[in-house]
Amino acid sequence: MSEQEVKNLEEIFEARIARDEKIEPKDWMPEKYRKTHIRQISQHAHSEIIGMLPEGNWITRAPSLRRKVALLAKVQDEAGHGLYLYSACETLGISRAELYEQLHSGKAKYSSIFNYPTVTWADMGAIGWLVDGAAIINQVPLCNTSYGPYARAMVRVCKEESFHQRQGFEIMLSLCNGSEEQKAMAQDALNRWWWPSLMMLGPVDAESVHTEQSMKWKLKRKTNDELRQQFIDQTVPQAELLGITVPDPDLKWNEETGHYDFGEIDWDEFWQVVKGHGPCNKERMDARVNAWEEGTWVRDAAMAHAEKKNIKVAKAS
Amino acid sequence: MEKNWPLWEIFVRSKNGLEHRHFGSLHAADAEMAMENARDVYTRRSEGVSIWVVESINITASNPADNGELFEPAQDKVYRHPTFYNLPDEVKHM
Amino acid sequence: MKNENLYNYILGIADNSLILGQRLGELCGHGPNLETDIALTNISLDLFGQTRSYYQYAAQISGGGKTEDDIAFLRMERQYKNVLLVEQPNAHFGFVLGRQFLFDVYHLLLMEKLQSSSDETLVAIAKKTIKEVSYHERFSSDWVKRLGDGTDESNKKMQEAIDGLWPYTDELFQLTEADRIMVSDGIGVDVSKLKKDYLKRVSEILKEATLKIPESKYFQKGGKEGIHSEHMGYLLADLQYMQRSYPNMKW
Repeated sequence: MSEQEVKNLEEIFEARIARDEKIEPKDWMPEKYRKTHIRQISQHAHSEIIGMLPEGNWITRAPSLRRKVALLAKVQDEAGHGLYLYSACETLGISRAELYEQLHSGKAKYSSIFNYPTVTWADMGAIGWLVDGAAIINQVPLCNTSYGPYARAMVRVCKEESFHQRQGFEIMLSLCNGSEEQKAMAQDALNRWWWPSLMMLGPVDAESVHTEQSMKWKLKRKTNDELRQQFIDQTVPQAELLGITVPDPDLKWNEETGHYDFGEIDWDEFWQVVKGHGPCNKERMDARVNAWEEGTWVRDAAMAHAEKKNIKVAKAS
Repeated sequence: MEKNWPLWEIFVRSKNGLEHRHFGSLHAADAEMAMENARDVYTRRSEGVSIWVVESINITASNPADNGELFEPAQDKVYRHPTFYNLPDEVKHM
Repeated sequence: MKNENLYNYILGIADNSLILGQRLGELCGHGPNLETDIALTNISLDLFGQTRSYYQYAAQISGGGKTEDDIAFLRMERQYKNVLLVEQPNAHFGFVLGRQFLFDVYHLLLMEKLQSSSDETLVAIAKKTIKEVSYHERFSSDWVKRLGDGTDESNKKMQEAIDGLWPYTDELFQLTEADRIMVSDGIGVDVSKLKKDYLKRVSEILKEATLKIPESKYFQKGGKEGIHSEHMGYLLADLQYMQRSYPNMKW
């Protein structure tokens, strides 16, 4: 294909997206579109399965049977969401095994919030409330993204995720209505998870490298800063309702803008965690690599058994 | 060794009276496992009453590059649609 | 308590679901791949669901404002009545599936019979549970066949698991004092009579899986009487951690 031909195809392609048409797996697409989507969808999938680990840490210790089944179902949903997203990514011509390889070798990124430890039960509440809250803000616009398989996966994810945040907030509510000790536990969790949750919505716009292109392809509908503001505006009143304090002395309502003003985010900490030096980066990666490696003989056995069965069937017919 | 489990496409009937609809895909070593995995992955919230599993490589898909010759010729065959025919309003039940 | 035997009888069934559910819960996020991870969590959720139905019933029998969580979290180790089989650790995936299979075959037979109990609540629970357990048994026996028949390595690992778990199977068929009384009242199932069908079904699957049935004549017991393996204390330390550290709170 000549350069001019590619350019023409690209123009047609961009026009289709601008018209809100969906792109499907076998459609022609610019290489950059394919690569960007593999990167974003797989990052998203990796975040789901790494995200199972901090919450999985409390499944065996959940304080009641009701909480235990809810948490278990929630963590299981995250595995499901990872699966839907890996499947969407596979339609772009890369296998799940290759995507795992990228994760395990440290080449692929995932949401850095999951590199923080879950140290008390209240963290299950804070994660559901804040982390899932921030994730929903990020994810809902993706239900309309341009790549069909990604959009469809996100519709399913968002539908299932609606119970996650409620589950988290209910945990916080029980703690805040409980003993002094429980309330302190809730406050402590908010203190630790607030800032990482704000960071989760991505670097400030001025430093975000992908925003413009992502907007065009509808991988993004609002900028990081807009999403962050939306998250703060909706979450602060919820904290007030719980009767706990957001750990930001500069946080205050701005009558003029109709938004909350907030304090400086520690971006050094963010980049440190992104670069692999968060409190649990190593543990998270080790857990994934171990699960994969210890599962090798199991996966191999299942394949070998399936092949033997096929041969038997072929012989019989 | 490490031979990856193949990909399967999952079709689920949400309730009797409706067709099976494509729900998504998953990996499984064989058809039984694909069926069990489909049940566990795609019907956790009572989404289905019947499941079909098809190994993805067995699906032959049309090529979007052929869309012109495959689908456009149907566009001008308006006589296949009832609205093509002009009937007086007095004619009922037709 | 007026109906202590029934209470103990229910716990004897329910504790197996609790402890096995807990063991499977440890694996969530660590399975050999996503599909299998999700499947095992579904089994765990079924087991916890059963546990709750039994405990809610037991709490009602016990009276005095007792809750399902009191029963689940606030007993001493010696008061848990689960069989030794279900508390065995997740040593490797062969043990996980082997343990599941050896329990599922028994569980299915038990639920079939429990449907004819004279206790209506137990019948209702059994009717719901049997559908779940039928699927568990199908899932675990399929996997035992895969791993037994698969590769030389998987055959060795699966055989190792079956050999290691086999000594815990005989306890399934022993009757406790509460069992005997409940059997004679027409409420309980005489589990000693399940053994023949159990061995038949297990042998069929193991044979298909090209695995050997262990010849061991020496079996372990004690779980039903609350004498557990050393693994149990750690399992309970996890399970009870919150309720023990923060007594009398709502979560």
